[in-house]
Amino acid sequence: MATLDSTQALAGATVPTARTRLDLSTPVMVLFTAALCVLIVLPLGWLLVFAFRDQAGRATLANFQRLLTDPTFVEPLLTTFTIAGSVSLACGAIAAPMAWLVARSDMPARNAVRIIVTASFVTPPFLGAIAWELLAAPNSGLLNQAWRAVTGAPSEEALFDIYTLTGLIFVVCCYTFPYVFVLVANALERVPGDLEDAAAMLGSSRWRTARRITIPLALPALLAGLLVAFLQAMTLFGSPAILALPAGFHTITTKIWSLFQYPPKPELAAAASLPLLVLTVVLLRAQSAILGRRSFAVVGGKGAAPRLVGLGALRWPALALCLALLCLPVFLPYGALVNAAFSKVPSQLLTLDRFTLRNFVFVFSEVSATKLAMKNTFLLGAMAATAGALMALVIAYLTSRAAGRGHRVLGFLAMAPIAVPGIVLGVGLFLAYTRPPFVLYGTLWILLLAYITIELPAAYQQMQSAFHSVHHELEEAGRIFGATRLRVLKDVTGPLLRSSLVATWCFVFVAVVRELSAAVILFTSQTKVLSVLIFDLKESGDLAAIAVLGLSMLVLTALVIVAANSLLGGGSAARLRNN
Amino acid sequence: MTPRSPSRRQLLKAAGAAAVVGGLPARVLSAAPPAVSATPELIAAATSEGKLNFYTAMDLPVAEKIAKAFEAKYSGIAVRVERSGSERVFQRIAQEMGSGIRNVDIVNTSDAAHVIVWKRNGWLAPFVPSDVAAHWLEQYKDPDGTWATVRIYLSVIAYNTNLVAPGDVPKSFAELLEPKWMGKLVKGHPGYSGTIMTATHQMARDLGWGYFEKLAGQKVLQVQSSTDPPKKIALGERAVQVDGGDYNVFTHKQQGAPVEVVYASEGSPTISSPNAIFAGAVNPNAARLFQCWLCSREGQQFLVDTTGQYPAHGEAKAHPSRRPLSQIKLMREDPVEVEAKADEIKARYTSIFKV
Repeated sequence: MATLDSTQALAGATVPTARTRLDLSTPVMVLFTAALCVLIVLPLGWLLVFAFRDQAGRATLANFQRLLTDPTFVEPLLTTFTIAGSVSLACGAIAAPMAWLVARSDMPARNAVRIIVTASFVTPPFLGAIAWELLAAPNSGLLNQAWRAVTGAPSEEALFDIYTLTGLIFVVCCYTFPYVFVLVANALERVPGDLEDAAAMLGSSRWRTARRITIPLALPALLAGLLVAFLQAMTLFGSPAILALPAGFHTITTKIWSLFQYPPKPELAAAASLPLLVLTVVLLRAQSAILGRRSFAVVGGKGAAPRLVGLGALRWPALALCLALLCLPVFLPYGALVNAAFSKVPSQLLTLDRFTLRNFVFVFSEVSATKLAMKNTFLLGAMAATAGALMALVIAYLTSRAAGRGHRVLGFLAMAPIAVPGIVLGVGLFLAYTRPPFVLYGTLWILLLAYITIELPAAYQQMQSAFHSVHHELEEAGRIFGATRLRVLKDVTGPLLRSSLVATWCFVFVAVVRELSAAVILFTSQTKVLSVLIFDLKESGDLAAIAVLGLSMLVLTALVIVAANSLLGGGSAARLRNN
Repeated sequence: MTPRSPSRRQLLKAAGAAAVVGGLPARVLSAAPPAVSATPELIAAATSEGKLNFYTAMDLPVAEKIAKAFEAKYSGIAVRVERSGSERVFQRIAQEMGSGIRNVDIVNTSDAAHVIVWKRNGWLAPFVPSDVAAHWLEQYKDPDGTWATVRIYLSVIAYNTNLVAPGDVPKSFAELLEPKWMGKLVKGHPGYSGTIMTATHQMARDLGWGYFEKLAGQKVLQVQSSTDPPKKIALGERAVQVDGGDYNVFTHKQQGAPVEVVYASEGSPTISSPNAIFAGAVNPNAARLFQCWLCSREGQQFLVDTTGQYPAHGEAKAHPSRRPLSQIKLMREDPVEVEAKADEIKARYTSIFKV
């Protein structure tokens, strides 16, 4: 292997003085593959074992037979597909135009809109669902009260009923559409301006340019976004856990959760998770077939930023539309939470008479689990984000640059957890880590493993798409000058990807703070996290306490993200971008 | 996970319950240890442990009030309240015990069947506070000293006085099946709440499962904990609760919420909620001291005064604004049968209400 002279400059990157001779990518890949095997194969292996056996431990197919014939399983499965399909389409219809307005038009306050969308992503789905209960419960919901006050409708009538399938689909959409938005907005921004300019110079109309250049380049991101939305909605536990029970139905995730009530039936739960696993694998194959046919490396060593499209008189109406849409996931729910946090009665609008700080006193000085849950949550968030982002960086590098024979296996392993609902992975981890060789249940470590495993696919996807957008010619330049692959990763690709890496860190941190489905299986009284505490409070309907705890959690999360961006992300502090 | 086969102790318990229920003179040899009071030695040992893990299904504000009162009385012992519905507490303890995690010191469950299972598993440490020995009715304590009832309450119908006109107030469970209550009812779930599990057993026995089948046609808002229906009617989200703790309705009323209790003409399900100390407790002396305090006249009176629940202590005075139990038609509690039928009750309920 060639050596690198320490005095040589390397494609604008700083070059350390140490000489590097070995290409470590193969051992690193072996190490990561082994680590992922333990992380993923162990819990999934136990799940498979449990899916094919009965309570006495004998091999059987009875679990699947029951799954396909018992209506209490078939109905939740069908309900789940209805929800996931509706959510995916609705998210695409809302997020794609909004992403275009933010990324490619001269709409005013575009960055503010982007930040607010990110804020809605930060909202845990269970908290959003609770906020929407405050807003749209048929009788006590603030919106329904307002509607009755304005129209004089009788007290039995309601404009909205959140305790329905439609209500649940709506709430899931509110907190899933940012996934699609972020993917599409970033793809649109990466469309090279010179291609569009060339088309325009050759006489192409604006619409024709959009149809032939912009849309084809952004389409894979949209399809990927729809897929992510489908998968998110299919495997979501938080919102259904809040709304499905009062609405009188189960989704597959809440059904699985109910199977762990006493007496636990992990065999059936494992079997119930396999259809989700199979379907996810099929969908991911479809996605890679769509994305795989073309090259989408559009950030090279050359190229121009895309041109913004002037909206003219439509600029302000476009902003009004965006803000109106953002009322649904952000302004209204947060308003309802603030109202509940400071009000004596959560379903009444805050007035001076009704103002109280009692709820804060209760949560912070009386609820004895608050402090511990806060500490656990933020400690785990920071640890999982750091480990997850670094792992994603290395794995994405190895797989996107096809640096070794095992890269397909590694990529598959990194993506595999996306196919497993958090609650099922929680059970798999529970089965795996309550027995030798790793007895971790009851410690924070099992939660850390769960979080890293669950968030790795998203982190990996983000880093991989970041790698895809950096053309390899820059790295090839480094390699030609004699740097090893890891050296190039550190000195060329790494700095180019720094903002992506910070964004991935934030992404994982936020996702950990709002994670409920695995934590709800894996926590013990000593390792309780905020999401589980809120879930417990929801069981007994302590809405004001939930509002206080949820808002505090979000404020602290926001502070951490701002700090991370300003410390590490250079000038991108104001723009958390999940690219 | 835990064996449910009947054992000698279960039969003893069954005999005890039968004695309660049928008034039979069933005297059995007691394996209970000598009664203990809060001696300076116990206080010193508890204080040196410094903390206590209290698993409970009590409404969280109530549980935290009790914890704070205990902390105020015995400074230096921090009480951590682990609150969720009894059926989830039961599952949690089974999961932790099954994994060798010793975390629970003392538990309060609203499903009295749970102590039967825990005792049979050998998980409970016998401990008899002197007040329990002196002032408890036989029906409210284990002859072997592994548990003692610390609070008694009812699952009741209740309504929002703004939403139900005085003439429309339902007087019985049967009336809740009338078409006018369609979409206006809320109830808890026996898969989460021990109160509702106990109540569902009594209602299914006395009214028949057919009652629940008809009730499921009323578009009932299904919540989890028995502490939630009172909150839902206080908010005005639903007009009437089918079940839920009477003391929760009482505390809401104390705070000015427009809610009122109904004692159904068929009888109100009765819940006696026991405390038990775990044999593997990390803080055994703190658990014993807490049990002594909560079972003392002072502790029982605190519970009555702040929450309106009925005391187990013979000398504690019931809350003046609560109707005495002797003047209420009650359904009969039967923990032994709840223990035997718990899984069947959950399965049947789920098939009727779809959740």
